[in-house]
Amino acid sequence: MTNATKASERTVKGRPQLFTSYAREMSILNTRVKRNWVIVGIIAMAVIPFFLQRDWVALLTTVLIFAIGGIGLNILTGYAGQVSLGQAFFMGVGAYTAAVLGGEAQGNVIGLGLDMVIWLPLAGLVPALVAFVLAPLAARVRGLYLAILTLGLVFIGEHIFKEAKPITGGAGVGRAPAEPVFLGFDLFSNQTILGYRIDRFTVFYVACLVIFLIMAFGARNFVRSRFGRNFAAVRDRDVAAEVMGVSLLRTKTLAFTVSSFYAGISGALLSIVIGRISPETWNIFLSIDFLAVVFIGGLATISGSIMGAIFVVMLPKFVNSLTGFIPGFGGIGEGGLLNVFELQSIIFGLLIILFLILEPRGLYGLWLRLRNYFKAWPFSY
Amino acid sequence: MEDLIASLVRGLGLGGLYAVLGVSFVIVYRATGVINFATPALMILGAFFTGSFGNAIGLPFWLSVLLGMAVMAIIGMVIERIALRPMVGRPAFSAATVTVGVFIILLIVAGRLIGSELLTVNDPFGLNTISVAGATVFTIDLARLVIALVAIGIVGLFLTKSRTGLAMRATAFDQETSLAQGINVGRMFGLSWGIAAAMAALAGALLTAGSSGIETTIALVALKALPVIILGGLDSIKGSVIAGLIIGVAESLTRTYQPLYAPWLGANFDVIVPYLIMIIVLMVRPYGLFGTKEVVRV
Repeated sequence: MTNATKASERTVKGRPQLFTSYAREMSILNTRVKRNWVIVGIIAMAVIPFFLQRDWVALLTTVLIFAIGGIGLNILTGYAGQVSLGQAFFMGVGAYTAAVLGGEAQGNVIGLGLDMVIWLPLAGLVPALVAFVLAPLAARVRGLYLAILTLGLVFIGEHIFKEAKPITGGAGVGRAPAEPVFLGFDLFSNQTILGYRIDRFTVFYVACLVIFLIMAFGARNFVRSRFGRNFAAVRDRDVAAEVMGVSLLRTKTLAFTVSSFYAGISGALLSIVIGRISPETWNIFLSIDFLAVVFIGGLATISGSIMGAIFVVMLPKFVNSLTGFIPGFGGIGEGGLLNVFELQSIIFGLLIILFLILEPRGLYGLWLRLRNYFKAWPFSY
Repeated sequence: MEDLIASLVRGLGLGGLYAVLGVSFVIVYRATGVINFATPALMILGAFFTGSFGNAIGLPFWLSVLLGMAVMAIIGMVIERIALRPMVGRPAFSAATVTVGVFIILLIVAGRLIGSELLTVNDPFGLNTISVAGATVFTIDLARLVIALVAIGIVGLFLTKSRTGLAMRATAFDQETSLAQGINVGRMFGLSWGIAAAMAALAGALLTAGSSGIETTIALVALKALPVIILGGLDSIKGSVIAGLIIGVAESLTRTYQPLYAPWLGANFDVIVPYLIMIIVLMVRPYGLFGTKEVVRV
């Protein structure tokens, strides 16, 4: 290389895959193939909505939002090894923080109508603060005890959401979410740029894509840092980690706080896509969805969480279009063996079981198998 | 005073129900180290089978409950063989997540089987009342308590007195040593799931007896047995009986007195009382009243 200035950037001629420094090996895009594919992927994600119908764009937006929340849960469950069923609660806290700060007041419901510059960071910070306060409690228990504790949190949270009527509108009524107005620019309105009309769903998709990219790269950067290594140490053997000087309380608190920050942002954005939020939205089944994103996508991989989000969000649509071809599966309210909704849920449950039994590394593991097969192709090893 | 007695009896009935569910959780946890999140769905399926035997075939309540428990025991063993056996040796939270998948599937199946028609378990209690110490209480609450205690007593006797029960306890204690002693550990896992599913079925029958009908929406009631096993200790049957009764009574007393004295806590506050108790227990005594303290080694 002619322009290699620092030793850490020097590569050996003809051997692009040989790392000559630790920093180079640990960089986010450590191989040329990875870098190229990431660039292609980002361009594809940015261009795709302009060629799709409105409902598909909305679905893709949901994928991005689920990916943000999934990455958050993966930081906690995959990297730090703390199984949490409380994701829905923290998403709810984020959504209502955003709605109070950025929504409009209607009747008895509070809304300050602030700009997205203010409510978006706070939609992450407030759940993070709640998690920070609760973390010492969660750090006392391990493994399945924590899953039960966070399960209790969801039920208690649902009760609080139902009762805090000035904030949430109350059970069955709900309220309007925050307005995505960024520095006076409405991200959920039709725009005309250079004479080309852009649908409001596409505008919001692009906004979510930018947020998603920042958060995904932020997470990838975070987990390769000192804190990420602490997480892995606590996950693999917490007692050994403690003996080596990793503070369990501090590490678990950090994992909880960061994870809840992601959950809050995800909840705030999801509430905008849903359009109207009721306290029942943030229930145990939403938590299970996110657990599925993490387990189906693959534990402790950011790209796996994105694949998991695509899978979990797209599955109902896929099953829906498939049922037209298979007899015996009618629409909702029709006869037949199962209706579409029931079939979706059953396939969902089956896939969780099958992935855990057959490929515990999830979709990311499938990708690894595929990649390793073609890496040595046509030889088997 | 009458209020107090009435809510105590209702709480004890509820507590008996929670105790049965708690035992269901504890038996699976002791054998396999997994928390069985499928229990709510097993409970509803059990209620469905009990109701079907009672209504469609017209069997008496007692017989249909026993048959429902038997059917669910078989289903439980089949689930264990198909979904949980491959997870042996894997991290406990992976296996617990498998039971979440089982929960989703079984809940849908139960909803489909029940359908839109009204189904009751055809119990003899209904809304009958009886007078206890001057207060009027529902017969079903007393029946719940008595049936629960008898059923748990039988399970306890089986575990302590029978040869198979001894083998099950040995498996719970140390799987490898049990294998070396000639115990079929896999069969013990299956048996644990069978007993747990049967207990869940019994809980389903007891829960829906005296109510208007079986619906899948009541499934999540079974999750209230999780605070029970946290309070009692994850591996203690005695603990889950005592904790079940404590939590049942606490919930019932809250239901009677909270709207009077603390209305600001909101409607249906009693529903989350078990979870609040659980959080306090985890803060003060993470291994519960009778649980074995985990010894951790590096």
